[in-house]
Amino acid sequence: MKITQGTFSFLPELTDDEIRAQIEYCLRKGWACSLEYTDDPHPRNTYWEMWGLPMFGLKDAAGVMQEVTACREAHPQTYIKFNAFDSMRGVESLALSFIIQRPPEEAGFRVVRAESNDRVLRYTLERK
Amino acid sequence: MNAPATAIDLRALLQETRVQDVLDQLERELVGLAPVKARIREIAAFLVVSRARKQLGLEAGTPNLHMCFTGNPGTGKTTVAMKMADILHRLGYSRKGHLVSITRDDLVGQYIGHTAPKTKEILKKAMGGVLFIDEAYYLYRPENERDYGQEAIEILLQVMENQRDDLVVILAGYKDRMDVFFQSNPGFGSRIAHHIDFPDYSEAELFDIAKLMAQQMHYQLPGDAEQALADYIARRTKQPRFANARSMRNALDRARLRQANRLFNRALREGGSTGADLLQTLAAADIRASSVFRNASTPDAPVPGEDIDEPYSSPLFNERSLFRKANNGH
Repeated sequence: MKITQGTFSFLPELTDDEIRAQIEYCLRKGWACSLEYTDDPHPRNTYWEMWGLPMFGLKDAAGVMQEVTACREAHPQTYIKFNAFDSMRGVESLALSFIIQRPPEEAGFRVVRAESNDRVLRYTLERK
Repeated sequence: MNAPATAIDLRALLQETRVQDVLDQLERELVGLAPVKARIREIAAFLVVSRARKQLGLEAGTPNLHMCFTGNPGTGKTTVAMKMADILHRLGYSRKGHLVSITRDDLVGQYIGHTAPKTKEILKKAMGGVLFIDEAYYLYRPENERDYGQEAIEILLQVMENQRDDLVVILAGYKDRMDVFFQSNPGFGSRIAHHIDFPDYSEAELFDIAKLMAQQMHYQLPGDAEQALADYIARRTKQPRFANARSMRNALDRARLRQANRLFNRALREGGSTGADLLQTLAAADIRASSVFRNASTPDAPVPGEDIDEPYSSPLFNERSLFRKANNGH
């Protein structure tokens, strides 16, 4: 099951050149780029592992692509996403975020039931 | 698709990349440095030809563009590096054309495991532009075999070799110490294609530089002030800690201080308005008040600091009467 999170997730996988072009756009906007990876892509899991610190003050996408390659090599079986943070006062939040790597087999989720009080059934997602 | 061209107009290519503008600017703004300019023109010509070859399909890989600028302080190494970044940008060998200027402290960490991330961060910032390492020989400290500089050098060498498309490295420093540095790090010397030596300026060139600087700061030097400046240069070059063009800038800055002081005193004494011509004229006395002229009788005596003047009395801080007057006024 293909996880759809972040921008571009309904499109086919971006190629490296397309990723580079997106990064160039972010750098032109003055956003700080960073990478995160996880093996738990649950939609409620907002805390992915950081791959190094956010990269401030870069001018060219080559520096970010270098980290993308390094992160892919170190974690070939995980999800990796690229984040761009806009530090402009009043914005100060994520401006763009998209997945740049998925594991070869995406496990997906299944619905699980849990008994709650008074025979109430609650449903939630669980990794397959 | 068109058939590949078999000839190319080099002049059109030169005009299209507007490299000639930078070269002309270099010629106009930098006095002297004939060997440096000749070398840069060679490099620019080589890059234009490489580009032409590429357009004709005669690919030969990215040329090695790493450089080493050697020369005494104040000979224009940083200025030329900035122009070089511009040239490389116009020719498409550097995507962004920015210059990241660093020294040892920016690359080498304080403790184990600190150096690699620090160096990589700087390298990432310099990607797409030019990394200018001032006093590069400090990276290597032979007296300390556990110095972290070696780690920075290894990372740097790796990037210089593998990511030539992304980054051009320019090392700068004194000639003799850079030579020692390359001897102890042969990997560095062989990865740098262009070694450019910056000669010291002659007195006439220093004079032209000082005049150009004064002109850029909108000051004028009357005839006797020019004579004073020439005398100043003749004396200053023989003194220790002479830093070529940088000394000229410092001398001018101090002359501007004295001029301001003189005008201020005059205004206090005589009142009235001060004309624009006075404001933009550096008088001979402003230059001759320098300590360089006072030490002339003992030329071998060490000068404390670089040409430091005695603390002169400024009317702003010394004339109590001024404050009293002002206080009474209100």
